[in-house]
Amino acid sequence: MESIAQIAYLISAVLFVSGIKKLSSPATARSGNARASLAMLVAIVTVLLDTRILDWTTVVAAVIAGAVVGGVLARTIQMTAMPQLVAVFNGFGGAASAAVAAAEFVRVGGSGTVLGLGDGVTIVLSTLIGAVTFSGSLIAFGKLQGIVTGSPVTFPLQKTLNALLFVGIIVVGASIADAGIGGTVAPLFGATALDIGNPFFVALVVAALVLGVLLVIPIGGADMPVVVSLLNSYSGLAAAATGFVLGNWILIIAGALVGASGLILTQLMCKAMNRSLGNVAFGAFGTEGQTARVKTGERPVRDVDAEQAAMVLAYASSVAVVPGYGLAVAQAQHELKKVCDLLEDRGVTVRFGVHPVAGRMPGHMNVLLAEADVSYDKLLDLDDINAEFDSTDVVLIVGANDVVNPAARDPDSVIAGMPILDVDKARTVIVMKRSLSPGFAGIDNDLFYMENTLMFFGDAKDQMSELVKEVREA
Amino acid sequence: MGELLIGLYIFVLATLAGREVISKVPPTLHTPLMSGANAISGIAIIGALVVTGGATSLWVKALGTAGIVMATINVVGGFMVTDRMLQMFRKR
Repeated sequence: MESIAQIAYLISAVLFVSGIKKLSSPATARSGNARASLAMLVAIVTVLLDTRILDWTTVVAAVIAGAVVGGVLARTIQMTAMPQLVAVFNGFGGAASAAVAAAEFVRVGGSGTVLGLGDGVTIVLSTLIGAVTFSGSLIAFGKLQGIVTGSPVTFPLQKTLNALLFVGIIVVGASIADAGIGGTVAPLFGATALDIGNPFFVALVVAALVLGVLLVIPIGGADMPVVVSLLNSYSGLAAAATGFVLGNWILIIAGALVGASGLILTQLMCKAMNRSLGNVAFGAFGTEGQTARVKTGERPVRDVDAEQAAMVLAYASSVAVVPGYGLAVAQAQHELKKVCDLLEDRGVTVRFGVHPVAGRMPGHMNVLLAEADVSYDKLLDLDDINAEFDSTDVVLIVGANDVVNPAARDPDSVIAGMPILDVDKARTVIVMKRSLSPGFAGIDNDLFYMENTLMFFGDAKDQMSELVKEVREA
Repeated sequence: MGELLIGLYIFVLATLAGREVISKVPPTLHTPLMSGANAISGIAIIGALVVTGGATSLWVKALGTAGIVMATINVVGGFMVTDRMLQMFRKR
């Protein structure tokens, strides 16, 4: 039976990898996701057949409870709230890994055998990463949901505290490993019992939970795509660490895949903001000190109403739409789609240029546009759309700011070097925005004052509805 | 070769394989990728089933059961919401 189970796990691993591979195209992505869920099913059935389950009632009840909660959340969640949901799921994944590690710690301790150094270290790691992922994800959820303040929370000696906490975790972790092998340190503290009340173990869990909170609170709301990606990676690493604890390869393989995925996305997000991970983690970007170097509203802008904007759009031959998170906040994506449909009916070529950090998680804007029924082949990424702006008649910017700010080309700017959408190369730029107020980076945007820029002020949803009417009549 | 070392081999190779396939996922699909990966991290359910299944002490059973519930939320919710998103990606 043992080798049959191992073969089944191998099949599961192959299905996971090939399932993810199918995510490389929107045409095959859905079947890829189905394949990955089949991989999970194979693994679950295998473990149920391979393990002697003593209490089926509890196991089945727990699975049903989890499936109902997960299913309801998945069905009812708004697409704009996707980042929050992923943060919550991440947290549960991390907590589950930590719970398994803790259970294994208690089980081995209760069996009276020594833990072994390898087991001790992996249990500590799995508990640590899982608990950090859990509390960090809950804070990220709070920030995204608006329960916890979106601006960076900083206090004096914050980095020192983090460092001390980290050192403390290493000491406590080493002590647990020491207690596990019946070493000399643990008895001094009366911490030889390998159970849930072991003071070192309790200290480890508490310290890890606090660390998770401290790592996320100094990060600003605009940097959430990075945080969500990083926590995603952690949840995978926690699962892999649990695999080491149990000597189960499928946990290690699946965990490693998720760890790699989260890490790649984290790197991409950092690159898209031209900042290092360290700067995101400790930079407390968007704090008071960096706001508005230039006072807004002192330079003249050209503003237009819906009728004029509609004329410019309707008589263009190519239009590129640049959506930002403001579009989603205003829930104007469906109206935007109507405008685009009307333009296309008139023979205008319409495409969308999506910046990697538009939205609150990587690729968030694409999902929101897909929800509004925009065909995915019209969604162009940064490099592809930048090659097109030269030959584009009109760019319509909705709720985006920093990602189209030409100041990124100025070496002295706070956003210097950030990859931007080169919208200023188009013949005409229409910016739909509430006011001239700066974006997350807190700096003025020269684009608004350029000669070929038309400002179309107002609430995105109202103005977009107006635009639908006017384009129809144009 | 010890079990720990075999595990390390598997971990490193799986990470490299993951990097290869994941770096080919286009930015358009990064959110579904993340929620799908998220569901996969619910693989901890396997560990939770192992420890709960053989549990004889109350604490092991309690921790394991909590693990099953949380991991199942992660797995079922993650795959379902990913599917919900991916079915919206259409070409016309």
